[in-house]
Amino acid sequence: METVQSLVSVFLAAILTENYVLSKFLGICPFLGVSKKVNTALGMSCAVTFVMVLATAVTWPIYTGILVPNNLAYLQTIVFILVIAGLVQLVEIALKKYMPPLYNSLGIYLPLITTNCAVLGVTMLVLEKAAADVTYGYGHALVNAFGAGIGFLVAMVMFAGVRQRLETCDIPKSLRGLPITLVAASLTSLSFLGFSGLVEGLMG
Amino acid sequence: MEKKSLFKEFSKGIIKENPVLCLVLGTCPTLAVTTSASNAIGMGVAATAVLVCSNMVISLLRKVIPGKVRIPAYITIIAGFVTIVQMLVQAFAPAINDSLGIYLPLIVVNCIILGRAEMFASKNKVLPSMLDGLGMGVGFTAAMLLMGMIRELFGAGSLFGIPILSNFMSPVIAFILPPGGFFVFGMLIALANKLNGGKGKAPEEVGCAGCPMKNRCQNIKEKDGCKTKEGEA
Repeated sequence: METVQSLVSVFLAAILTENYVLSKFLGICPFLGVSKKVNTALGMSCAVTFVMVLATAVTWPIYTGILVPNNLAYLQTIVFILVIAGLVQLVEIALKKYMPPLYNSLGIYLPLITTNCAVLGVTMLVLEKAAADVTYGYGHALVNAFGAGIGFLVAMVMFAGVRQRLETCDIPKSLRGLPITLVAASLTSLSFLGFSGLVEGLMG
Repeated sequence: MEKKSLFKEFSKGIIKENPVLCLVLGTCPTLAVTTSASNAIGMGVAATAVLVCSNMVISLLRKVIPGKVRIPAYITIIAGFVTIVQMLVQAFAPAINDSLGIYLPLIVVNCIILGRAEMFASKNKVLPSMLDGLGMGVGFTAAMLLMGMIRELFGAGSLFGIPILSNFMSPVIAFILPPGGFFVFGMLIALANKLNGGKGKAPEEVGCAGCPMKNRCQNIKEKDGCKTKEGEA
């Protein structure tokens, strides 16, 4: 029971209080670049969630099983980015061959994800958390990665809605385009500040 | 003549093609680590070091790396330098290492570095590439420093940790929280637009022109039904 509770609290925290986009500033490029329409925002976030979970599932055992025992922890950055790049390529090929419908809807997002800092970020942050807390295990890490992906989805879809409203507004000339988008992002992020303390309050 | 054009490679990154404010690249670290002026400098110096070294090596190897695998090759080179910089920072400036945290290794996926590798270093000789990297790095540092100073001044009432505003007003904490980051960044780009007037084109999209993944992104935009101006495939 205790563990289920802690898993739920990790999941909720990853979505609401530690939202990767709005409070950790990871994955800002796709957040601002591909959030014009709700559909594309949804597709992109599904692909990100999928790769995040997969990348965490693979990099965690590599780090704890191979790098740490051999005193190679300093190779973390270089190994992780290569693993993620290879993994994304592999997923792309596998989807193309075995699941064409899924490839058609998610395929174009996959190559972009290699250089998405949210994916590399989540694989490193879960290890950092594990180092700080002994009870934090592989299961927590996977749930955290899944939560981070869902948090990304929530932020993207919310923001896509905000942007669709913005299109019809009369905006001062120098604010048009990117600046007003950033101001809107600021307000969206402000609304997420309201969640701070929520998870601790709920889970005690 | 020769000297003048070399200087141009260096200086273009600082104002005309400032990676942050004009090309809008590297937004993640720009927003994340600019909660104080000294953090911004630490990040800027680390990224500049990686940028100069990776531009140099990629330019040296530009005829050796096959076109098809260039992006993974660039990422490997960049990741190598990031690891070196990370170890140096851990050894000599542990305080900066603590405050930058995860964002230090994340320099690997900073699109300024990959973008410059793809757009400049892979096509130019070693010396111009290094100067280009240095210029872009200085421009990146300057833009981050500006943002860091604004956010620290209003959000904490201090500059480089020295209290300045404490007698006049109480700090507006929102400036050092995430929303303040987005807001200050938006305002700075709006200011850059205003200063450019009609001359420079306003950045409509996030760093699309300078992004190494431009062509991939184009597919998504086509799916979106938007017609893109640059019909490059």
